[in-house]
Amino acid sequence: MLDAWQYLIAHPEKLAGWTLEHLWIIFVAIVIAVVLGVVIGVYISGRGKEHVADTILYLAEVAMTIPSMAIFGLLMLLLSSVGLKAIGFLPAVIALIIYGQLPILRNTYTALQGVDPAMIEAGRGMGMTEKQLLFKVRLPLAISVIMAGVRNAIVLIIGIAAIAAMIGAGGLGVPIFRGLRNARLDLIILGGVSVSILALLVDNFMGWVEWWVTPRGLKER
Amino acid sequence: MIKLDMVTKVYPDGTEAVKNVSFEIGQGELCVLLGPSGCGKTTTMKMINRLIPITGGTIYIDGVDTAKMDENALRRDIGYAIQQIGLFPNMTVGRNIETVPELKGWPENKRRQRGEELLKLMGMDSGEFIGKYPRELSGGQSQRVGVARALGGDPPILLMDEPFGAIDPITRVRLQDEFLKIQQTLKKTIIFVTHDIYEAIKLGDRIALMKEGELVQYDTPADLLYNPKNEFVENFVGADRALKGLQLIRVKDVVKASPPTVKSGEKTEIVRERMERAGINWLAVVNGDGNFLGGVGKADLGKGDSVGDVMSPSAETATANTVLNEVFSLMLSHGLDNLPIVDKDNRLQGVISFDTIRKALVELTQRGKTG
Repeated sequence: MLDAWQYLIAHPEKLAGWTLEHLWIIFVAIVIAVVLGVVIGVYISGRGKEHVADTILYLAEVAMTIPSMAIFGLLMLLLSSVGLKAIGFLPAVIALIIYGQLPILRNTYTALQGVDPAMIEAGRGMGMTEKQLLFKVRLPLAISVIMAGVRNAIVLIIGIAAIAAMIGAGGLGVPIFRGLRNARLDLIILGGVSVSILALLVDNFMGWVEWWVTPRGLKER
Repeated sequence: MIKLDMVTKVYPDGTEAVKNVSFEIGQGELCVLLGPSGCGKTTTMKMINRLIPITGGTIYIDGVDTAKMDENALRRDIGYAIQQIGLFPNMTVGRNIETVPELKGWPENKRRQRGEELLKLMGMDSGEFIGKYPRELSGGQSQRVGVARALGGDPPILLMDEPFGAIDPITRVRLQDEFLKIQQTLKKTIIFVTHDIYEAIKLGDRIALMKEGELVQYDTPADLLYNPKNEFVENFVGADRALKGLQLIRVKDVVKASPPTVKSGEKTEIVRERMERAGINWLAVVNGDGNFLGGVGKADLGKGDSVGDVMSPSAETATANTVLNEVFSLMLSHGLDNLPIVDKDNRLQGVISFDTIRKALVELTQRGKTG
């Protein structure tokens, strides 16, 4: 523990670099994951899409159960076969997008499904188009649950992103793997603790975002 | 005017929810769709604004086939209020009411003005409520806002699906009364769904009684009560239909002449003489301004010198707009032979007695039988 602290004092710029790399991967992955997850979630929550919804949610669940190591491996194979860069940033981001899908997709779907039918009926009865209904009523009512899903997804992929260092994506996984290879406990602790602190900070921040996007009429306080 | 012509709804699984229903609703009329649950009344109503697609027949609004209109444009011109209210919790009361004006693209100041106007119409302080959120409202307030929202775009037609169904009986009666008063000035064409025969009789100009998807009888409340078409109608209106008819009559319909009164300062001796001469044994007591104070019975006159000393102050009064079944119930529960009618300033307008009620009822029953 003390060693890790001394390392941090000696090389603060290194930790800062890894953290920034880590955040950048997370940021790119989560932005794409949110867009993808919400769009698919909205689509499968439409009328008469129950079967599609079941299939897609099931696939997302299956994807979650694949060990991250295996996903990185599979992606390397897949990307190299189509001539794309098989290591580093790209496969890392793709893997994180896949992992982030389930919480976002599931929450979007559940939240939209959970909107009180009376409100949908009232909106439709007053002559709202499906699009107006989505943006004026359904999404505002679902937004806080969707954001809770995004929050889950971020915390989840912050941890998984550490493993992405293994395929050369950089980030806070770098000191962890370096420590493992060289039996340097201080590096392992430094990387591990940093990932945890980062996850906690981001989680708190997202909690605030969640509160902030909730429409005033629905806020608890 | 709304015209339903052989309207039918058959679901894909073969269930016939509505079978060849035809009737017309005149401009400014309040038509109640009444019947037991599952009779097709809500389905019929929802086919008018096409929330449920029609499978046979035609619905015309002012002569135009609704199936040929744009669905959303049609709905924006038909106010819609439902039992679950369905206020949008993410919007303020004001924005809820402005929903249809917004969809119709009214300018913002006109929308705001409409919101304030409608809150006032509903008897709510617009300054207090316009910025509130639905969860800050009581059940009765929510219902009022729900009706205000239905009126938002000033639609000529209003569809109401048990809008007062989910609130406590006391608030419900108050809302019904308020609503009737509002309708008297607005004169909207209204289709009102309920399973409550009392509500139907109280509110409806006409009642369409339905059973298992078919229209059984379409008539005025009085005719439905006293001229039932068949046994089903007779059973549905109930054995106490004579009493239910009391709801159709208001105090102002039967009490006309200004009643004899005494002033509280008058001497009991003189009053006794007057009562004996007129052959009555009860008189309403008023003060110099005509405000109602109480009643005095012949038997009490011996107990003091002036009327003011012996009268019994009465808390129970009715107004010209009270329906007779409420008057009757008040008289029974308080053991009164006479109920004073006062205006909003508590000035005495008349007195109603059991005999007045009996005569009114006989007349109504006769009218049903001959008409």
